[in-house]
Amino acid sequence: MLSGEKGSLARLITLAERESPDIAKITEMISSRLGKAYRVGITGPPGVGKSTLADKLTLILRKQGVEVGIIAVDPSSPLSGGAVLGDRIRMQQHYLDDGVFIRSMATRGSYGGLSRTVGTVIDLLDAFGKDIIIVETVGVGQMDTSIRELVDSVVLVLVPEFGNGIQLMKAGFLEIADIVVINKADRGGAEILANELRDELETNLQRKPKSVILAQGIHNIGIEELHHELEKRRQWLKPPQSVNLREEVAVPGERDEPGEKTRI
Amino acid sequence: MKRKIRVLIAKPGLDGHDRGVRVITQGLRDAGMEVIYLGLRLTPEQIAEAVIEEDVDVVGLSCLSGAHIALFPKTAKLLRGKSSKDVLVIGGGIIPPKDIPKLKEAGITQIFGPGTPIAEIVKFIRTNLEAKGNDTQD
Amino acid sequence: MNQERKPEFRTTVGGTVIKPVYTPADLEGVPPDRSLPGEYPFTRHIRANGYRSRLWTMRQYAGFATVEETNKRYKYLYGQGNTGFSVAFHLPTQEGYDSDHPLSRGEVGRCGVAIDSLQDMERLWDGIPLAEISTSMTINSTAPIILAMYIVAAEKQGVDKSQLKGTVQNDILKEYIARNTYIFPPEPSLRLVTDVCTYCAREMPPWNSISISGYHMREAGASAIQEAAFTLANGIAYVGAMIARGMEVDLFAPRFSFFFGAYTNLLEEVAKFRAARRAWAKIMKERFNAQDPRSMMLRYHVQTDGFTLTEQQPLNNIARVTLQALAAVLGGCQSLHTNSFDEALALPTEEAVQVALRTQQIIAHESGVADSADPLGGSYYIDYLTNHIESEIFKYLAKIDEMGGALEAIKKGYIQKEIARSAYEYQKAVDSGEQVVVGVNKFTADEEPPIKLLEIDEKVEKKQIANLKRLKEGRDKERVREVLSKVRSVAGREENIMPVLIEAVKAYASVGEISDTLREVLGEYRESSLL
Repeated sequence: MLSGEKGSLARLITLAERESPDIAKITEMISSRLGKAYRVGITGPPGVGKSTLADKLTLILRKQGVEVGIIAVDPSSPLSGGAVLGDRIRMQQHYLDDGVFIRSMATRGSYGGLSRTVGTVIDLLDAFGKDIIIVETVGVGQMDTSIRELVDSVVLVLVPEFGNGIQLMKAGFLEIADIVVINKADRGGAEILANELRDELETNLQRKPKSVILAQGIHNIGIEELHHELEKRRQWLKPPQSVNLREEVAVPGERDEPGEKTRI
Repeated sequence: MKRKIRVLIAKPGLDGHDRGVRVITQGLRDAGMEVIYLGLRLTPEQIAEAVIEEDVDVVGLSCLSGAHIALFPKTAKLLRGKSSKDVLVIGGGIIPPKDIPKLKEAGITQIFGPGTPIAEIVKFIRTNLEAKGNDTQD
Repeated sequence: MNQERKPEFRTTVGGTVIKPVYTPADLEGVPPDRSLPGEYPFTRHIRANGYRSRLWTMRQYAGFATVEETNKRYKYLYGQGNTGFSVAFHLPTQEGYDSDHPLSRGEVGRCGVAIDSLQDMERLWDGIPLAEISTSMTINSTAPIILAMYIVAAEKQGVDKSQLKGTVQNDILKEYIARNTYIFPPEPSLRLVTDVCTYCAREMPPWNSISISGYHMREAGASAIQEAAFTLANGIAYVGAMIARGMEVDLFAPRFSFFFGAYTNLLEEVAKFRAARRAWAKIMKERFNAQDPRSMMLRYHVQTDGFTLTEQQPLNNIARVTLQALAAVLGGCQSLHTNSFDEALALPTEEAVQVALRTQQIIAHESGVADSADPLGGSYYIDYLTNHIESEIFKYLAKIDEMGGALEAIKKGYIQKEIARSAYEYQKAVDSGEQVVVGVNKFTADEEPPIKLLEIDEKVEKKQIANLKRLKEGRDKERVREVLSKVRSVAGREENIMPVLIEAVKAYASVGEISDTLREVLGEYRESSLL
């Protein structure tokens, strides 16, 4: 796998998913190669356009020659244990691009929107040489803040209709989000929601998201901005010598820039 | 715990009839499998790449336009070239009986005609995968 | 009472529950519909004397492989009494690709005729006088291009476009829902649809500029009620789009036509057609304020539903098609295609096509059902079911209105998901035996000798590609470049695309070239997620 063979990577991911006993050995072997990749989580309710955003973002990244890994997570059926994994259908334009590796995963019975093994899979993609790893997952409520632990930056995607549900979203999501994207922003209420969010974020002193972006994924609007914001955050997160990036970021005050938000 | 069976369902070529693949996808999910639904208008090359990345156990191809005779073998051939794993390839759609031997020879293990009961497909998959045993590569 | 055969009787899987018997009491609570055929709301038939002056058009869908072979098949059908022509195009033409495109590999000439340029269209109609026939073309996202080719082919025969009779399907909304030969995203596609409708309303009075279709949604798994409801919802969207362009409803609505399937539950199908006719009339009058009765008449073509045909015991399909055709006629359709019995296996043989046509002719001339309008009207069952289906249609329409209309419902995936669920329910019912399919899950027989199937010569693809290459080499390349550039700029403006497309096809620009130019300006659609 380390030589860049896609098939080997894919099989290792399968072993990781199955929680095979061999995987412990492998994670040890690759541990020295970790830390290169920028890990981005894209979360939000079903149907908001996460996959489309991931697809369009990947297009920009690829134009810059950045190697991309995408993990698309969908919930397993509690009744049958099976799952329909249909997110990658939005990313068809990248199928033949060797610089993009896409993997679909089911939650396999674990709570919330992520499977137990996603962390290991992210590590594998990192060791494989990916510069950016995008983890796309469905936010299913307060349970699903687990994405925060696994990635460097969290992008929360909403649509204007959530203007009324803002109170509900507050509890778990805004706290974990670094960037909020209001997709399908051509729909009524987008500006209102954006303003509500900015107000909300100003008063919330914990884990403050840094930006609110209005976007229309299918029309390629807002993607450049999303990319820009992610790059900005990546730079902040890159201390000169640091082993554990996520610990660094969690220290309050050290990295917070004074109230910088994106105005549309 | 029985390990999960991962299946990839795709329609190569231009045929847009997706009733069958949508029904099968739902059926396999309800049988406990993880189904990667790849959709329509795919080339054999695109399907093969996805199969490698997803490391699936089964690939289901569907075609109702008659193009199966070119596209199914092409896809199977690409898979053999790219992957050391013996993926189970099955097909469905409008496939005249006389084409079936040719398709089998090309590596499509079984063809399921319109209206095949879902349970039959599930059973076939499970039986075949059990016969292959566990993955041989690590 | 004796024990009944089933715990519950429904018209179809997920369909209407049926009582042991219907009486006048079942019609109470709904204002009685005493309209006559030819009278608003046209429940019984759009014409006062039904089929007595004119039978429905017997229009058999055909076309495969090369234009030469198709041309030959058309001449055969013409000689056999076919009263109208129906063209099937191969998938590359339908989806805006030339025969030499990578995605066309294996598809050339497969489920319809290969048309890459005007040259192919001219050869298709060689020796067949376009002034005398009526042609229905099953073409959607590339309808403007293909219509342009038909117009020019006729012009070369000396026939003015204002004389042409026929239909283009041109129904893009159902493509996103069920048929999937879309190219561009929904909004620009609606623009192209209304370009065609507007152009035809002004330049080609006898031409039906759209065939708003339920057939494909039914094939995809929709129930009878869903088929009717979603079709009318799309119809509402198109009428709305035309009015938004400033067109007076009575100027175009009379030429709007529809296309439905016919399933084997004869009584439900008849009720469905009557309900759809009544509902559409009400919609056109009350919602869109149409004044001309012709705007309120639901004129439609029917094709017997291919999905019902089985691979096993194919001759059984003749019985199925007969029942379905009978339902269409008792329901009052304007034109009908009957499937051939070997349809489940491949494109039909000449013998099978003949039987299908004879089925219609026997219904027309030997059964007597065409001799009086709406003979089933007045049956308590039929009248009840008509009322019930109409009411369900309006419930769906209200829900879709709430979402913002058919376009929004499609973008949200609502209609697609409803249909996918119905399809799954149907499959489960067949798998469990609850829904009997004769010869498949009951009354099965041992392996039978295969019927003779029509084969497509694989050399066809090579030949078509070679033809295209020759064409591209022999034409005025500069002119093509010039005209494609014009297409590009018109596509980006609020101008009707038809005149520039006519120019483009005259220069022998190909389907793929024109489509690619439009893709540059209008974008490309990606399918919605599954569930």
